This record gives sequence, C-alpha cells and structure tokens, in this order.
Amino acid sequence: MRAKSSGAADRPDARGGGEPPDGVRRFATIWCRAVYPATATSMTKDEFEGLLLRQARVLTDALRAPRFDPAPGRAVGEALVAAHCTAPDALPAVLGVVDSYLLLYCLDPAELSADEARARCARLQHAISAGFARALQERTRSEQEAVSLAALTAQQEMADALHVSETRFRAVFKDAALGISIADMDGRVLDVNDALARMLGRSEPHIRSRNILEWTHPEDTPEVWRLQRELMRGEREHYHMEKPYSRTDGTVLWTNLTVSLLRDAEGEPRYMLAMIEDVSERRLLNLRLRYQATHDALTDLPNRSLFFERLEQALSSNSAPTRVGLCYLDLDGFKAVNDSLGHAVGDQLLIGVAERLGTIASGPGQMLARIGGDEFVALMLDPPTPDAVTDLAERALEALSTPIEVGGRELLVRASIGIVEGPTAHLTSAEVLRSADITMYRAKAEGGNRYAVADPDSDARAISRHHLTHHLPAALKGAEFFIEYQPLVKMEDGSLEGAEALVRWSHPRHGVLGPDRFIPLAEHTGLIVPLGRWVLQEAVRQACQWQVRGIGGPRPLKVNVNLSPRQLHHPELVEDTVAVLEEAGLPPSSLCLKVTETAMISADENELRPLRELADLGVGIALDDFGTGYSNLANLRRLPASTLKLDRSFTQGLQRDPADPIDLKIVEGIVSLAHTLQLSVTVEGVETSAQAEQLRDLGCDSAQGWFYARPGPPERLPEAV
Amino acid sequence: MERPAWAPHGIDLSVPSVSRMYDYYLGGSHNFEADRVAARKVIEAFPGLPKIVQANRAFMRRAVRHAVAEGVTQFLDIGSGIPTFGNVHEVAREASPEARVVYVDNDPVAVAHSKAVVAGDDRVGVVAGDFREPAAILASRQVEDLIDLNRPVALLLVSLLHFMDEDDKPYERVAEFRDALAPGSVLVLSHASVERGPATTAQGDDVSDIYRRGGSTFVMRTSAEIARFFDGFELAEPGVVTLPDWRPEGPVDVDDPIVYSGFAGVGRTA
Repeated sequence: MRAKSSGAADRPDARGGGEPPDGVRRFATIWCRAVYPATATSMTKDEFEGLLLRQARVLTDALRAPRFDPAPGRAVGEALVAAHCTAPDALPAVLGVVDSYLLLYCLDPAELSADEARARCARLQHAISAGFARALQERTRSEQEAVSLAALTAQQEMADALHVSETRFRAVFKDAALGISIADMDGRVLDVNDALARMLGRSEPHIRSRNILEWTHPEDTPEVWRLQRELMRGEREHYHMEKPYSRTDGTVLWTNLTVSLLRDAEGEPRYMLAMIEDVSERRLLNLRLRYQATHDALTDLPNRSLFFERLEQALSSNSAPTRVGLCYLDLDGFKAVNDSLGHAVGDQLLIGVAERLGTIASGPGQMLARIGGDEFVALMLDPPTPDAVTDLAERALEALSTPIEVGGRELLVRASIGIVEGPTAHLTSAEVLRSADITMYRAKAEGGNRYAVADPDSDARAISRHHLTHHLPAALKGAEFFIEYQPLVKMEDGSLEGAEALVRWSHPRHGVLGPDRFIPLAEHTGLIVPLGRWVLQEAVRQACQWQVRGIGGPRPLKVNVNLSPRQLHHPELVEDTVAVLEEAGLPPSSLCLKVTETAMISADENELRPLRELADLGVGIALDDFGTGYSNLANLRRLPASTLKLDRSFTQGLQRDPADPIDLKIVEGIVSLAHTLQLSVTVEGVETSAQAEQLRDLGCDSAQGWFYARPGPPERLPEAV
Repeated sequence: MERPAWAPHGIDLSVPSVSRMYDYYLGGSHNFEADRVAARKVIEAFPGLPKIVQANRAFMRRAVRHAVAEGVTQFLDIGSGIPTFGNVHEVAREASPEARVVYVDNDPVAVAHSKAVVAGDDRVGVVAGDFREPAAILASRQVEDLIDLNRPVALLLVSLLHFMDEDDKPYERVAEFRDALAPGSVLVLSHASVERGPATTAQGDDVSDIYRRGGSTFVMRTSAEIARFFDGFELAEPGVVTLPDWRPEGPVDVDDPIVYSGFAGVGRTA
C-alpha cells in the first residue's frame, strides 16, 4: 500500500541527494504493516504510514549525518507514543523493522562502512527506545495525574453540592412551620426544631431530655402506642394519628402526628421522624361544625343524619342493643298552620313541640330527633318491653294534648305516630324507617291524633302513597316507565284508525302498575310534566314509525295521548308539543290530545288558549270521559275539541241484550248533538259484538275496547288490523 | 431505599467506570486499578477488543467528517467519556473551523476531566447529563449557549447504546432526540454485536456479566435491532454495516476479523 500524497511526505525535499528515492517510502510501508496492528490509534492506515514516513526520514537523516548524533531517535520514539503506539507489542515491532530494514532501504551502502552503519542503527534504536520510554512515562504520569485531578474535582463538586443541599435541608428543618423531631430507635430525642418547641411551649433541652414514650396524654387513643411500638420494632414504616399533648400552661395541643421509620442503606431501622402539625384550632372548628352538621338549627335537636348514624350504629353492632323501638311522629295539619299563620309562627310551634317531646324521650338509650319539616323520631334502644314504645307514643300524644302558646296565641297541634319495634338483628335502617312511615300514614288515614303499630304483613303489601311518590323521579330517570297501545277502530268498516298511548310503571318490587296508581301522585307532585312530555315524545315517535312502515294501510295512523290538568296549565305546553312533533316529523293531524271534560269545562278562555292554538295547528283535541262532568251543553261550541269520547258508563248499559233503552236514547242523543257540532264520537270499553253493532248503528265513529284488542306493546299493533 | 434526587451519587473509585475502561482499551492511562482489572477481564473474555474500540474510533472520525461534508457543524456527543487523542472536537475542527461540540456524560470524573481538557475553548461545552433524560440535556445551559437547535445537529451515540437495556427505553429516547432536533439532523451510531465476527454469543454474555458485576449494563444487539434505532431517519449509504465497512477511506484490509463485532450507521432526518 502506498501513502497518499499528503502531509510531510510531499514537503520540498531539503535533504542532500544519494538516498535511493523509493527506499524510504518502501521502508515506511513495511514499518507500517508491522506496527499498525499493535497501535490503538484512530488514524487510518494511510495516515499512520504518512506519520511513519516522516519518522523514517528523521532516522535516515540521522543515519547519514556527517557527524552522527542519535538524538533524533528520541523524537521518533516520542512521536510514536503521541500516535498511540503504546501497546506492549508495539515497541518490539517498531525496533524489529528498524533493525532489519533501515540500513537496507534508507542507506547507500557506499556511504558508510558496514560496521559503522550497524553501530549507528543500533544507537538509533537505543535512542528510539529511550524516547519511547520517556514519552510513555510522561504520558502515563500526566494522564494519571489528569484523571486523579478529575476525580478529585468531581468529588469536591459533589461535596459542595452536598453541603449546599445539607445547608438547605438544615434551613428547612429549622424554619419549617411543621414541628419536626428525630429520635433514635430507643426513643431518645436527637433533634427538634423551633416550631415544635413553640407548639409544646417547652424548651428544646427539655424536649430532648424526655423519651418519646413519655409524651402520653389521657386522651390518647390506645392505638397510638400500639402503632408506636410496632414502628420501634421495625414492623411498621409509618403511622398517622390525631394526638393530644399537654402544654406547659395546662392547655391541650391537638396535633396531626405522622411518624416515619428511617432506615439506613442496609435496611436497618435507624431513626424515627415525627412531623407534627398543630390542629387545635381546626379541631375546635371541626367539633363546632360537627355539632352544626348533626343538629337542627331550629330546635337544637339531633337532625336526620345524626339520627341515622345512631340507628345504623344500633342496628349494626352485634352486641347491645338487641332490640330497638322507634316512634315516627308527624304533626297533623301543620301545613295549614304554616299557610294560614306564616312560617314564623310555624317555626315557633315546632320549637314548642320539640320542647314538649324532649321531656318524654330524654332517658338513657333514648333520642329525639327532628328529621324533616314536621317529622320527629324518638329512638329507644333496648326497650324493656314492646309496650314501653307504645307508652312513649302515648306520652307523646299526651304531651301535645294541651295547646301550645305561640306569640300570645294558643295553638292545638295533634300528631300521628307510626311505631316499629323489633330485634336489631333482622332490620336495616331503611326498612325500619319505611315501615314506620307507612304505619304513620295508616294512623293518619284513620283520622290522626293516634298511633299505629307496624304490622310486617300489611307493610309488605302496602305500597304507600308516600313510597311511590318518593320513587317516581328515580323511576323516570331509570326508565322504569313504558307505554302500551290500545288500537282505535273505525266503526264503519272495522279498520285500524290509530291507538291510544297508555303509560305503565314497571316497578322493580311491585310489578307493573297501571296509571291509576301513580298518575294522581305525579299530578300532585308536578312530576306529571316531565313524565307527560316523555309519553308524548315516545308516542309521537312510535306513530311516526308506524306511518313510515305503512301500518294501517293508506290512511296514516293516529296516536291519542292523555293530557292531565297540570300539563294543560303548563306554560310551555304548545311549544313543547310543537317541538316534539317537529323533531319526530309527525304531521300534527296524526296526534290527538285527550283532555278530561272536567278539566276542560273548568277552564276559562285564557286556559283554553293553548288548546286552541294546538287545534289551529291541526292537532286533534278529544274531550275525554264525556258525560261525567255535567257539561253545559251549550258550552261545547266554544271548546276547541274535535272529538267527544264517551265515558264507559254509557256503553256498559249496551252490553246487555237487549240493551238498556234509556242508555240507547242517551247515546243516540249525544251522538246526534256531537255530529251537529261537527265533533266525531269515540266510545270506550266495547267488549261484545252486540255492543259494537249497537254503537255503530247509533252512528258512533270510532271505538276501542277488549272486543277489538287489549292494550299491548307497539309491535303487536299491526296484528290488530 | 431509593436515593433521593437531591443527593448526588458519590464517587467510588473502587468501582470500575465504563468510560475509564474504554480509555484503557485505547491504551490510555486515564484509569484506576479497578478499571484496569475489569478491563483486563473483558479483554480476556473477548480477545482483540481493543481493535474493535480502535475501529470504532476510526468510524467516529469518518462519520464526523461526513457530517461536516453534509453541512452539519454542531455536534452533540452523548456518552463522550474520557477525552483522548482524536476527539470529536479535534476531528470536527479540522474539517470545519466553526464546528461546535457539546460533550455529555453521566460519569462525574469523565465530566471533570473533559472540562479540564476543553477549558478556555469557547466552542466546546461539557454537560453532566444522562442519555435517558433527553429533555434535560437539550435544556442545559451549554447546549443553549453553543448549539442552535433550529439548525441541524449531529447527534453522536457512539458506542453508547449497548450500555442501555430495554428498561432504559433506548429506542424511545433516540426518538425523543430525533423529534426535538431540527430537520436535517444527523444520527451517528455504533453498537456492539456478536452477529458477525468470530466472537460467540457466549463471549458476548461473558462481557455482559463482567460489566454487570461492575454495576453497569451491557447488551449485545443484532444488526436488525440496531437498524431500528434509525426509525425516522434516512440511512446514509451503505446503511447499517460492520464498523470497518462504513465508508472506508481506502481499501478495507482487516488485520483481525474481531473488528466485525459491531455495527455502525449514519442517518439523517428529512
């Protein structure tokens, strides 16, 4: 391999002539081949050969000098070290080639005698070795020193960093707002910070003089010392507790205490670190808040949540008490007091009642709580006999038997009481209260001013009005309602005209409930509005689906939906209905809203306006249960109705064969009147074919009833055609 | 117990250091007895190792020159170790006088020594940092002072990634650097392997064991695994190849086939 034409090899030649021109290069090539494998240089072989060529010239010049000086050999040895030819094998390789080839390639044999040449070559090798050894020694020394210095510097930097962080942590310890103490594993306090000394009101030496095990307080939970001992045995890494300490001034320091175990690198427990936060003020505030959270502000009696807490406690514990007795007391007619005399008087009355009742349920194991507006509960733990609870109820009624003076006025207030008494093992708090509630309503239904005792059998059957009312909102949310559709038939040809939507409640415990069970409750509570809206949406969507699927032939099917009085008065009735229709894309004429006769005739013109607007849009309005509301027949003209729906009482008379002639006449008269007013007539409750025939002959337009089909799920409707 | 972050690791010179062992392979004396003992064991298990190290240094020089030829003059050398003859900044400076270099190492001694070597050179910086924390390196003051991150950077991961096992997520870290550096940046990477060359898998395992006993990690990878580090980079010709075969500057003539025990490559982002 030849050296590339670069570097010193091409420098203008300053030497005298006589050297065979290729000799030195050939020598450098041989040299490189022998030495390169023993180097650690990152130079390429060509670069390295260039370097050796320069060294070969130095040697050649020295060899041929008129006055021989071996010193340049040293420089060659040094250059080789600088080029990382420092491996132990390198030097023999270097000298071997010099010994064997230097004279051969770099010296004209005519220049020197053989002996002289050999001697010079040998001395040059000595010089190379010396230069090599010295350079290597120098380099080794300087590198050792450099790396030692680097290690020292690094160590110093770390020590500095450690010092800085130590200083910082010392400052954190000293100035922390949190009290901190460090103790050894025997509980000897090694260090405490200023904050802790301040909290305890004691000097640092005093704190350090006492073992941590001596910091007891009468209000310590037994837990804290158990945890502390576990920690000291290394069985626990930390614990967290609320712990009191005695201050020098005799007051109590309440703290949030966190104790952690600190282990050394080998994992052996070494120190205990306590972090102590003063929570005395917060604790006071908490106690006050806790009292406020568990007591009724008006009467200062325990409130609903404290009552439930106690009741749960009583029912959950396996030992005492074994039985509980409970009187659930609700004032009779309290609403009337509030409504007529105002809330201020009502409140005063409640305070008076609380005072009276307080005197009769103040024994040990007894508790009186106010759990709602005018609802009070007396709880008795382990009543000696079941009679003790009824006695309590009697005394409560007795206590209220004389008028209570409120603002110079004598008010007589009565109460209804539901009593539950039983073994704790078999009761849950919800059951107890439900049972008491149902029983209280029984007492109220029987006239009030009395108590009733819970009877488990009737409880289980009873679905109290209260209970259903209570669960309606959740039922609506939980999709417990569904709709059945009863087909509506055109009497003329028996074809399917539409369907009436009938809402049902699939109650998780009581099974499917009909509208008569819950619509009045929903009407009463106002929930009828969202429920009604849901029914409307559902029914309209369904009707649309039927129409899209072409059920009922070419004439689009209609859907009838009931509208309750409360819905009728709801300000957004028109808006909501239009929105529902538009959203589903159902023509208004396919919807018929049913309003009871009673609701409609009692409405004034203002209240009828929404219905009129809907009728103008094309929505059908049916006068439901016609014949039960003593309508002023003359008034029918001004109502926005398009259909009369005969009450089923009229059709019942037609079931007999032959039909009741008076019923026949009445129906005939109504149909004729309706048709005069351009109202169509629908009949309900058609159960026999004879009845159906009669009604058709009388001119009724549409009918529904078991004779045609019972209410069913929407998918059954097509079968009714 | 885990050491808290604020407590610097001490320096224990009785524990071998990866960078000082590397210096020993190169024939240097920047090392202590513990380093030499461990390094000799490695050489015994893997004879010819110094030649691989030498070939690796030679690759690095060619790759640095290549990067400069491609117009990249900013260098971030991670795992730079003990500076010795033929450092990146010397090679780069030879190729381009305005070259700037930041050396990064997690060995405090290597960092201290590097600082001493480059003291007074305002175009070279030294960062005490760890490859496993790319964001910290890129946010360091030295990088901020010397490297314009809006322009391409040559990232040197020379003979570094075999000290990372999968728990160190080396692929994810390389990707983090890749995504943080400007388009046109260059990745220079070399990595030990026993896929080629005369060394056996068992020899590779022995080397890993010796390093593990010294508290370090050493993972041999296959060429395919090494090539995966270049995901998202376009590989320069001839791709990921054994050390002497990456753009040799003359005819390749190998004295000892042990130098095939490693792969190298250079990639560039679009």
